Amino acid sequence: MDYFLYLTQMCGIFMILAMGLNLINGLCGQFSLGHAGFWAVGAYTGAAFSVFTNLPLPGFIILLIACLLGFITAAIAGLIIGIPCLRLRGDYLAIATLGFGEIIRIIFMNMDSVGGPRGFTDIPKLSNLFWVYFFVVLSIIFCANLIRGGYGRAIISIREDEIAAESMGIQTFKYKTLAFCIGAGMAGLAGVLFAHTTQFISPNNFTFMWSVIILLMIILGGLGSISGAIIGAVILTLLPELLRLLGPTVSEWRMVIYSVLLILLMLAKPTGILGKKEITFSFGKKEKA
Amino acid sequence: MLNYPFLGVLLASLLFFSCNKEEAATRKTNSSDQPAATTKAKSDDVIRVGAVFAMTGPIATYGQESVNGINLALKKINAESIKGKRIELIVEDNKGEPAESANAVRKLIDIDKVDVILGAVASSNTLAGAPIAQNQKVPLITPASTNEKVTQTGDFISRTCFTDNFQGVVMAKFAASTLQKKNAAIIIDNASDYSKGLASVFKDEFKKLGGTIIDQNFTYTQKDTDFRSLLRRVKRANPDVIFLPGYYTEVGLMLKQAKQMGINTPFLGGDGWDSPKLQELAGPEGVKGNYISSHFSADDKDEKVQAFVKDYVDNFGAKPGAMAALGHDGMLVLADALKRAENFNAESIKMAINSTKGFVGVTGSITIDENRNARKSAVVLETKPSGMSFKQKVSP
Amino acid sequence: MSEEFVFFLYDIATYLLNGITQGSIYALIALGYTMVYGIIKLINFAHGEFYMIGAFIGFYLITSGMPFVPALLIAMIGSGLVAVLIEWIVYRPIRSAGRISALITALGTSLFFQYAGQRVLGADPKAFPQAIKVKTYQIGEIYITNTQIIIFVSTILLMIFLWWLVNKTKIGKAMRATSFDMKAAQLMGINTNQIISFTFFVGAAFAGAAGVLVGLYYNTVEPMMGMIPGLKAFVAAVLGGIGIIPGAVIGGLVLGIAENLVVGLWVSTYRDAIAFAILILILLFKPAGILGENKKEKV
Repeated sequence: MDYFLYLTQMCGIFMILAMGLNLINGLCGQFSLGHAGFWAVGAYTGAAFSVFTNLPLPGFIILLIACLLGFITAAIAGLIIGIPCLRLRGDYLAIATLGFGEIIRIIFMNMDSVGGPRGFTDIPKLSNLFWVYFFVVLSIIFCANLIRGGYGRAIISIREDEIAAESMGIQTFKYKTLAFCIGAGMAGLAGVLFAHTTQFISPNNFTFMWSVIILLMIILGGLGSISGAIIGAVILTLLPELLRLLGPTVSEWRMVIYSVLLILLMLAKPTGILGKKEITFSFGKKEKA
Repeated sequence: MLNYPFLGVLLASLLFFSCNKEEAATRKTNSSDQPAATTKAKSDDVIRVGAVFAMTGPIATYGQESVNGINLALKKINAESIKGKRIELIVEDNKGEPAESANAVRKLIDIDKVDVILGAVASSNTLAGAPIAQNQKVPLITPASTNEKVTQTGDFISRTCFTDNFQGVVMAKFAASTLQKKNAAIIIDNASDYSKGLASVFKDEFKKLGGTIIDQNFTYTQKDTDFRSLLRRVKRANPDVIFLPGYYTEVGLMLKQAKQMGINTPFLGGDGWDSPKLQELAGPEGVKGNYISSHFSADDKDEKVQAFVKDYVDNFGAKPGAMAALGHDGMLVLADALKRAENFNAESIKMAINSTKGFVGVTGSITIDENRNARKSAVVLETKPSGMSFKQKVSP
Repeated sequence: MSEEFVFFLYDIATYLLNGITQGSIYALIALGYTMVYGIIKLINFAHGEFYMIGAFIGFYLITSGMPFVPALLIAMIGSGLVAVLIEWIVYRPIRSAGRISALITALGTSLFFQYAGQRVLGADPKAFPQAIKVKTYQIGEIYITNTQIIIFVSTILLMIFLWWLVNKTKIGKAMRATSFDMKAAQLMGINTNQIISFTFFVGAAFAGAAGVLVGLYYNTVEPMMGMIPGLKAFVAAVLGGIGIIPGAVIGGLVLGIAENLVVGLWVSTYRDAIAFAILILILLFKPAGILGENKKEKV
C-alpha cells in the first residue's frame, strides 16, 4: 500500500522536524516560528543537488551527500539568522524568525531556476522507509545523548533561567546559537528526505502555517520531551489523513473536526500528552529528562 | 533513557519491512503491463472516478464549480450506462495545496482503487499529483490546468483545456491587431506559475507584432487586497493597454481600484478572470471595457451551451463560470473514452483518452494531440456590467 | 520646481495616503492583540478571525438593508460577544496551564473558524454591498475616496474612545490594574475574570469594526480573510511593543506605510520580504519594539 507507506515516511520526516524544533523551543526555550524556512532550505538544496549535478553514483550515496548538504546549508542559514535574532526574547524572537521564514519562502518563490511558484519537479525518488527511519533513529540517539551531556545541561539551563545560567558562567549566546543551528540543520535534513519522498516541492509547502503545525506537534506531545515530539508528529501527520478515510461526510468536515480535536486535546492535557516525561524502554521506570 | 538494543531491533525490522515493500512495489509495477484486474477486486458494475479539487482553501470556488460541472455531466452519463457500468465519483479535497493534492491522489489510488482521476485546477496542484498517477499507471485528466509542464509528466497525464502558450498568443494578437495598441504594461501575480507563464508568452508575441512592453517590474501576490500604490506606478508609466493575467479574486479588486484612481486604459486578462463573481467584485464601473480570453461563454447562442447553462442554473442557482464548463467537459471526454475503450484496464482507458478526436463539448471541439494537450478554440470576451459578452472565437 | 519633481511629490503623497489607510486597519486589529496580550500574556492567534466574523455580520446586516452605521455597531458587538464566548469556553479553562498551551488552543480556535467558516458560509469571496456610494475626489494628481476618509475618521474616533475607556473610566482603571499585576488586582477586589472578558470584548469589537470597514473599502469578504491581516497585525503589535496600546497604533501605521512605499518606489516582488526585513532591523535596534523598554527580567 503506497499510501500507508508514504504516510509512514511522512511521520518519520515530521519526527525529525519536531525533534529539531524541540531542541530550539522545548529544551533551549527559544520561541521560533520559522522552522518551515529551514525545512525549505534543506529541501531545495538537496533537490537541487540531486537534480542538477546528476552524478553517476548509486542513489543512496547521492541521498546521503544531499542530506549532508541539506543539513549544513540549513545550519548555516540558522547561524545567519540566529546571530542577530537570538538577542531578542520571547515573542519578539518569534516574530523575527517568522519574518525570516517568510523571506526564505519568498526568495524561493522568485528563483526561476528551481521552478519559482510552480515548484521544483522531477526530483528522483531516492528516499525510502529505511533511510527516513535511519535518520529518525540517528536523530533520537543524537538528541538523547545531547541532553545527557554537558552541552545539553547548559542548553536546558537557559530555558530554566537565562540570567541565572549566565551568572553561573554559561555562555548563553553560544549555546542558544548552537541549539538553533542544530535544530535548523535537522529541519534541513528532513527537507532533503521530504523532497526525495514526494518528488515535488513548491514554495507553498513551506508556509508559515507549517511552522505552526510543527510547533503544535511538540506542544501536543509535551514540550521538551523527545518521545513527546515523536508522538505529536505521528498524531498530527496521521489525523487529517485518517479523517479522510472515515467516509465522504467526515472528509468534508475533516479540518473542522481536526481543529476541534486539537482544542479538546489541549483542554484535556494542557501540558501535552507526555509533559516533560520521556518514554523509556527500561521497563517500569520513568525518568525525568 | 533510551536503550540501544531496542533501537537496533527497531532499525533492523524497519530495514526488513522497507525492503519487502520496495519489492512489492516493483512487482506491482511490472505486472501492470498486463491487465491489472487482479489488484483491483471490486464490484463489477461500477467504474470508480476520483476527483481531486480544492473544496476548501483560497481557491475553493474553482474546485467547487468544477465539481458541480462534473456532477452535472455525471447525471447525464449515469442516466444511460457505459457498457453496463455506472460511474461512481469520489471527491477528495486538496485545500488548494500541492502536498495535499499528492496525498489525495495517493489515497484515491490505494484506498479507493479508482480507475481514473480528474483534477486539479491550479497547475501546481496537478503537478504535485501527476507523478504519482503516472508511476501507479492510473490515467489522470486535468480539466483546467493550463501550465505547459503538466502533461509532460508522462503518457498517463492528459488535459481537456488549452495551454497558456495558446492563450497568451491569442491575447497578444487581440491587443495588437484588433485593439491596435502599441505600448503594454504587464502586471504579474508573483505567486502563480499561471500568471508568470501567460505573461512571458504575451510579452514575446506582442513584441513580435511590433509593440513595446514597459520594462518595469509590476507584481503583486495572491491574497493581496490593496493595489493602489502599484496601480499608481503603472499609471505613471503611461501604457495604452494593461495585460493582467491573474485570478478574479484579486483582479476584481484591482479593476475597481484602478477606476477610482482615474485609470481608463483597457485591461486584458486570461481565463482566471472568468467567474460570475468578477462583476460583483469589480463593480459596474471597474468591469467595463476590458477583454479576456476564455474557454466558453455563457452568452454563446450555441444550443449545447444554452442547455448546459440552463441545466446548471436549475441545479445550483447560479450562472456557470469557465471552471464549471471545463469540469463538465472533462467528465464527458472521460465518459466518451470509456465507451470507446476496449476494456476497463488502465492501459486501454489511457489509449482511449489520448485518442480523443473532435469531441464536441460546451467549451468547443476537443482533440487530444500527441503531447496529450487539448487542441481547441478559445473565445475572446468583453467584460460588461451585465456579464461577459462574446467578442470573437479564435481557433488554433 | 520641475514637473517631474512635482509628480514625484504626488506619488509620495499617494503612497503615504494608501499606507495610512492600510495602516489604520492593521492598527485597529493590532489593538486587540496588544490589549489581550497586555492582560494575560496570550498571543491570541484567533484574533484575525474576529475580524472576519465582524466583516460577515456587517455583510449580512447591510445586505438585509440596514444602514451602515448601525450595522457597524452591531457587528462590533457581535464579534465582541463571540470573543467573550470563546474566552469563556476555551481560554479560561486553560489559562492556568501556561502560555504555550493557551497559544495552541488559540491556534486551534483560529483553524476552527477558518474551516467552519468555509463549510458554513461558503469559501467563495462575497461582494460586500455598497452601503455608501463611493465618491472619488481629485486634488491635483492625488485621488482620494470617501471610503478612505471614513476609515481615517472611524479609526481616530475609535482610538479616542479607547483612550478614554482605558484612562478615564473605572473599568479602564481595573483593566490597567489587572494588566499590571493580576493577583494584586484580585486581592484589591477586582473581578479579574470579568475584566479579562471585557478586554476580549473590546479587542474583538475593534477587530470587527476593522472587518466592516475593510468590507466597505475593498468590497469583498471571505472566510479566510482574517489570516493575513491577523498575521500582519500581530507583527504590527510586536513592532510597536506588544502590550503597549499606543505602540499598536504606531506599529500598524509604520507597517502600512512601509509596505506601500516599497511597492511604489521599489520592487513589489519582494514587498513582504522587505517589510519583514524592516521589521527585523527595527527589532535589532529596539529589541522590545518601538515603544517598548528593553529590560532584562530579574530572577
